[in-house]
Amino acid sequence: MSVLLVLEQSCGKTRRASWEALVAALRLGPAENITAVVIGAQTEALAAEAAAKPVGKVIRVEHPLLAQYTADGFCAALQQLIQNESPTEVVVFSHTYQVRDYAPALACRMGQVLIGDVVAIEDGPKFVRQLMQGRLIGSYRHSGIGPCFVSVQAGAFRPDATDTRPGAAPAPITTFTPTIDAAQIRTKPGEPFRASEQTVDLGSAQRIVSVGRGIKEAANLSIVQELATALGAELAASRPICDNGWLPMERQVGSSGQTVAPRLYLAVGISGAIQHLVGMKGSQCIVAINKDPDAPIFEVADYGIVGDLFEVVPALTEALKAAKQ
Amino acid sequence: MKIIVAIKQVPERDAQVRIAANGKWIDEADLQWAMNEPDAYALEEALLLKESGGACGEVIVVSAGPERVGSTIREALAKGADRAIQILCDDLNGRDALGVARLLAAAIKPENPDLVLTGLQSEDLGLGQTGVIVAELLGLPHATMILHVEKTESGLKVKRELEEGWFQSIELPTPAVLTVQSGGNKLRYATLMGIKRAKTKDLRTVNAAELGAEGTPAVVLDQIAAPKKQKSTQILPGSAKEAAAALVEKLKTEARVL
Ligand SMILES: Cc1cc2nc3c(=O)[nH]c(=O)nc-3n(C[C@H](O)[C@H](O)[C@H](O)COP(=O)(O)OP(=O)(O)OC[C@H]3O[C@@H](n4cnc5c(N)ncnc54)[C@H](O)[C@@H]3O)c2cc1C
Repeated sequence: MSVLLVLEQSCGKTRRASWEALVAALRLGPAENITAVVIGAQTEALAAEAAAKPVGKVIRVEHPLLAQYTADGFCAALQQLIQNESPTEVVVFSHTYQVRDYAPALACRMGQVLIGDVVAIEDGPKFVRQLMQGRLIGSYRHSGIGPCFVSVQAGAFRPDATDTRPGAAPAPITTFTPTIDAAQIRTKPGEPFRASEQTVDLGSAQRIVSVGRGIKEAANLSIVQELATALGAELAASRPICDNGWLPMERQVGSSGQTVAPRLYLAVGISGAIQHLVGMKGSQCIVAINKDPDAPIFEVADYGIVGDLFEVVPALTEALKAAKQ
Repeated sequence: MKIIVAIKQVPERDAQVRIAANGKWIDEADLQWAMNEPDAYALEEALLLKESGGACGEVIVVSAGPERVGSTIREALAKGADRAIQILCDDLNGRDALGVARLLAAAIKPENPDLVLTGLQSEDLGLGQTGVIVAELLGLPHATMILHVEKTESGLKVKRELEEGWFQSIELPTPAVLTVQSGGNKLRYATLMGIKRAKTKDLRTVNAAELGAEGTPAVVLDQIAAPKKQKSTQILPGSAKEAAAALVEKLKTEARVL
């Protein structure tokens, strides 16, 4: 299959998720059939980096109006590129916030539908993605004519196969200049900012007790705080806890919060949605306490207790205290 | 400001889901239903915008799905939406994201709203595309993962969430489409008065077929299944006390993390 792989940059560097998308692309076609696309206003260095990877060629999509990401700019540029590169059978992206923002519109413009957040590719090709917040998976297939658009989930495709090819000549690089008019770009994006100063560094914590919506009320947090103290652990949380203001946002673990990899991660009343899992999957030992035996958190846990956290958590605190004596 | 909020009814968060006999969707018998959470935040943002804008605003809810979706629409009306459009459609799950967006866009277009809001994704299919495609079909600018909306002289200024705790402001003209992220506001509850009033509010139903928005799907969901385990989990049995003691022992001697 002929594959167009759209790479994404952050601060002038290709994002790691893009190299994971390359692994997915290599499942669809041999390296020589893969065209890597870098997009922006100054893409020379990005293109050189991509040319050293196992790809057939690299295209620089360059235009001054692409300096800053906008959905309108990227859709216009990539639509022209795809039409110019036809026939392209598959267009592969990483499933980032940016891709979520424009790829559905780009696909729609070409009469297609993005198969988003893919976790596996099977023969066919069939594209597997999660449903029901990770409790089920679904197998999807492209049925129309024209290019198939696919974005892959962070962490689902391991990027070791994408190492540079020592000794091989770099892939050829060409430049494509789309026609974009400033009036086409309707949104005016501002510079990224952070909400507040970080005062806790969860990233370096050895042990973390993390609490989710199963705790039900802010007043109940004391039982997990006591458990964290008994363990000598930092307290962290899933997003709804921070959204509710029960804990500060800097203690949120997940794709829109912190990424952590402690020796012990104890998840209390957390279901294990993918946006949470990406922030803690790398922990050495994962323990889950949840009343639902089918909660997706158990898919990544080393140890699990299926039960009511209001019974299990105090019992665990007691057991830890007893073990210390 | 005339605001349309597209909402979806999804299985309740704690509902036990079973795969249907045909393996293509979940068994919908005995399920409890609720408003998709990000859509509830979209509705909240719409109601706040209306309340801050004086008397001239209107919030209209639109939802596609079978008969049962009516209960979620009534909930939105009880919370303060002014009226609603229900697109009756029994095959929502057989349509791809473009197919569903076509229905919504066709129902929204004649209303000529200043703003269309919807949740950033649904809790069942999790496609996260509907709002963006609706914008494309209506020819409107859009922004996604929005936590806060402010009206300005020339349009809107919105707060967009980025990855890893970063944010960004975006300015865009109206009319526009925004997809709303959970957590930007506190959700209100319907009051008793609201629930009473909702019964008399205008809920117009339209059959999907009448919208002239049909097309063949570009993407097909063939089969659903339980996920494969990534690790073999040791489940510690017994009472809370027994399980806790067993866990401490394992963490000490097996995992060596204490
Ligand atoms: C773009 C985007 C970014 C996101 N970023 C993040 C992020 O950074 N971090 C994050 O965490 N989420 C994030 N989310 C939200 C994520 O999708 C989930 O909604 C969230 O993680 C759910 O939190 P939870 O597990 O605490 O709650 P729920 O999913 O409601 O789970 C609660 C769990 O508690 C269990 N439970 C309930 N009562 C008890 C009891 N008495 N005893 C034991 N167990 C009990 C239930 O069985 C359930 O499994 C993001 C979502 C989106 C769309």
